[in-house]
Amino acid sequence: MILEILDKKQGFKDGFPIFLGYFPIAITFGILSSNTGLTFFETISFSIIVFAGASQFIAVKMIAVAASPVAIILTTLFLNFRHFLMSASLSARLKVKHKGVKGFIGFFITDETFSVASFAKGQLTASYMMTMTITGYLGWCLGTAFGYLLGGVLPKLLQLSMGIGLYAMFVALLVPKIKGNRLGLLLAISSGLLNTFLLKVIHLSSGWSIVLSIVIISLTATIIVKGEKYE
Amino acid sequence: MSSVNLIILGMMIVTYLPRVVPFFMVDHERLPNKVKQFLEYIPYTALGVLVLPGTLTAVPEHLTASVIGIIFTVAYSYFKGGIIISVIGTIGIVYLLLLTGIF
Repeated sequence: MILEILDKKQGFKDGFPIFLGYFPIAITFGILSSNTGLTFFETISFSIIVFAGASQFIAVKMIAVAASPVAIILTTLFLNFRHFLMSASLSARLKVKHKGVKGFIGFFITDETFSVASFAKGQLTASYMMTMTITGYLGWCLGTAFGYLLGGVLPKLLQLSMGIGLYAMFVALLVPKIKGNRLGLLLAISSGLLNTFLLKVIHLSSGWSIVLSIVIISLTATIIVKGEKYE
Repeated sequence: MSSVNLIILGMMIVTYLPRVVPFFMVDHERLPNKVKQFLEYIPYTALGVLVLPGTLTAVPEHLTASVIGIIFTVAYSYFKGGIIISVIGTIGIVYLLLLTGIF
């Protein structure tokens, strides 16, 4: 099968929903960080250097209660360990030879950029990966700056509504892929239900719950389902 | 170095490493078929955990609005497809629902 080669233009197009989804969340992060008493430089450094959604929120909340740096860094490690699985999965499809470029793209792998790349139809070239991920990254960094400097720039209800944006993106990526694909549907639903169970009933932390759900369901399916490609 | 800068640096390292190490570790051609199969399932299982249960609390304290919004997303992406319209449409619907003050 010859796959279409994904270009910059497609990268920008695919990155735009991530930009849109990140922006309001980053505003909230900027506001939280400012209220916690962090400087603008520290706040923007979080987003520019770390680029790690949920763990930035947790870190700032832990700084507010004077938690130790080691505790904060370990919490981040557990929460972000899921990206190890995501990058491993993506690695097979990445059409990038240059080591430096690979190392550069690795920085921008998040739940959102992974999801978009995973379900993109075509070859994951360096220029596609860079434009797609950096478009999202800009939303994160700009939103952080806006939130810190201007507070709620968006009307409150609109800001609240935009919280659904990334979930809508996940759903919109997933639905066409599991349409008429019973195994895909089963994998997604069972891992979502297991995650809900581990979080709400067993009360695992979300870092553990996410990693366990992905591994348990993927592994179970690997054992049960015969090896041929199902697509 | 202030402790905040130390935290940022430490977080950068523990965030970056899990993201980048697999790019240099996995030689796809040489992997056993069962491992390839496992890696192929990850996009589906990962999307599953990203959507559930988070979607239900996406708009804090407005469960009904979130659910109605996501029903639209599912329907639109099922019948029409297209990420940008799904995302903007869902946000728009949730916004209108919140504006009514009922949801």
